[in-house]
Amino acid sequence: MTEFLQQLVNGVSLGAIFALIALGYTMVYGVLRFINFAHSEVFMVGAFTGYFIGQHVPAHSMSGGLLALAGAMAASAVLGIVIERLAYRPLRGAPTLNVLITAIGVSLLLQNLAQYFWGATPRPYPELFPAANYNLGGIVVSSNQVTVVVVTLALLLALRFIVLRTKIGTAMRALSLNPKAAALVGINIDVVISFTFGLGSALAAAGGVLYALNYPSIDPIMGTLPGLKAFVAAVLGGIGNIPGAALGGLLLGVIETFVNGSEWSTYKDAIAFAVLILILLFRPAGLLGRFTVEKV
Amino acid sequence: MRLPSLLLSTFGLLAASLHAADPIKIGEYASLTGKEAAYGQTSHKGTLLAIEELNARGGALGRPLVLLTEDNQSKQGESATAVKKLISRDQVVALLGEVASIRSLEAAPVIQNAKIPMIAPSSVNSRITEVGDYIFRVCFVDAFQGNVLAKFVQETLHVRRVAILTSVSNAYSVGMTRIFKGRFVADGGTVVAEQKYSEGDKDFRAQLTAVKAAGADAIFASGYYTEAALICRQARQLGLDMPIFGGDGWDAPPLIEIGGQAVEGTYFSTHYSPDNPSPVVQEFNHRYLARWGELPDAWAALGYDSAFVLADAIRRAGSTEPKAIRDALAATKDFPAVTGNITIDTKRNASKSAVILTIKDGKYKFIATVAP
Repeated sequence: MTEFLQQLVNGVSLGAIFALIALGYTMVYGVLRFINFAHSEVFMVGAFTGYFIGQHVPAHSMSGGLLALAGAMAASAVLGIVIERLAYRPLRGAPTLNVLITAIGVSLLLQNLAQYFWGATPRPYPELFPAANYNLGGIVVSSNQVTVVVVTLALLLALRFIVLRTKIGTAMRALSLNPKAAALVGINIDVVISFTFGLGSALAAAGGVLYALNYPSIDPIMGTLPGLKAFVAAVLGGIGNIPGAALGGLLLGVIETFVNGSEWSTYKDAIAFAVLILILLFRPAGLLGRFTVEKV
Repeated sequence: MRLPSLLLSTFGLLAASLHAADPIKIGEYASLTGKEAAYGQTSHKGTLLAIEELNARGGALGRPLVLLTEDNQSKQGESATAVKKLISRDQVVALLGEVASIRSLEAAPVIQNAKIPMIAPSSVNSRITEVGDYIFRVCFVDAFQGNVLAKFVQETLHVRRVAILTSVSNAYSVGMTRIFKGRFVADGGTVVAEQKYSEGDKDFRAQLTAVKAAGADAIFASGYYTEAALICRQARQLGLDMPIFGGDGWDAPPLIEIGGQAVEGTYFSTHYSPDNPSPVVQEFNHRYLARWGELPDAWAALGYDSAFVLADAIRRAGSTEPKAIRDALAATKDFPAVTGNITIDTKRNASKSAVILTIKDGKYKFIATVAP
């Protein structure tokens, strides 16, 4: 029982990070109907920004940690907006496939720029937040795991508030529903799209910093695997659906952890993806997605 | 992006008098960047120092040696490309590389087909030299190291129940686990848990939680330092305070940089310890320190030895014909190297002793030397 609960704690803290990254994929898909493959590199840049800020703030302090987190989120938000402005906006109206290929190109460009400027050697990540381990009747929970879950919950609530209760959130939903009609009623589409990219990228950066805190070794290709998993989580939950992305991330993290702790650990990715295929066979639009017929 | 890293070694002071002679081209493929760059960098520094010293003494056969280096970025698929380029375009007479077994295994068939001799400075996986009669190594094999570790943990640490973590996508780790397990069980020990992960994984809490439930006396992490450091950290976080140990794959500074407090009191076996009081080792430490401003590690020492063994073979062969160099390499006997005397056996491996180190106060501490 202790082992089961411990694995659950491990799985939830891993899944919370997948959820944060998945939100960015799903939000961009919601407004633009394409998968932003450069998202996993925004995640990596977020982790690196946190690393560089971490060199200048006191270690093991709440304020220093929050400062690094906020700085990384701000820097990545700007990066996300710039990527959209330079690479995707000129292709607005072009076939989705063209934008998709551009996204892969941006992803490779960022990865290689990072290798060029920061080198490919893994770096140890500083301890930004106060570190401690709590023992709850045999179940060990590290303060970093608590931080991950608390920060993810706080960001999810903030995101829900923005999307449902603010003007820009309403505009995002309108754009997702029908871009042409949204433009006709006077919504500035460019601003809304920039905002969506900024918001999604900030969440990815938060995910990057939290990921690096838990697994303190970062390198320029660190984003690839978590990015792929988060993409899967977004599809699992129903792409374009915000609570779905969070649920998908959590589910994927827990499944992966349980398989990893069993004797089939060699096949952890195979099993995680088999679960995905099974779910999509029975619910093609994902767990919380609504099935809609593509308009031709 | 590929960083073209064609590093020409400096010829030293005698270059002027030798410039009329055609240089002998030696190829090197190494992990200069990427995940295992800590190995690749020091191995390369050792090799480069050896080439410089050889040239200062007049090179080989009256010709200077030139080292052509290709970086494989610690990535799969790059080593085969790198050695093809070195063989067909640069026409090297012999190749040195790699530290990581999986990349030596990738390049070896290409090199064997081209019938060019290759010396792996520090890849321990047994299968490498089995690729063919042109493939050599100047370090011990995993079969020996796995036995040394199994004996050490049973006799010195009195461990009877061990849990093993293996990187299934790493030829070195898989080989080490197989050998260690065979010997440990044969000697009466029990493997209570066998957990697996893949190269590049960062989360080991699931595997370690299973290890905790299995009740092991010690953990054997048979992979590289990149993962071992994180394994140690997460194990300590989960309250696992038993000894953790590994093989020579642990021997790199990032183990301590990333592992921090968590790697204190862990053990690993390796090829070389700069603390060894032998005068050969101390003199090498001194020269290496003067050239690079740091003490050599096992990879530096083996990289250095690989170049010297090759130069010795070229000298004895009296020619740069790859076949002649191969035959001379196979006949290497009692060559005085810094990691111990090297005799190439019939399987083209070197039979040498291993050292066991522990980590104390953020530094390596010498425990024992184990002879073959």
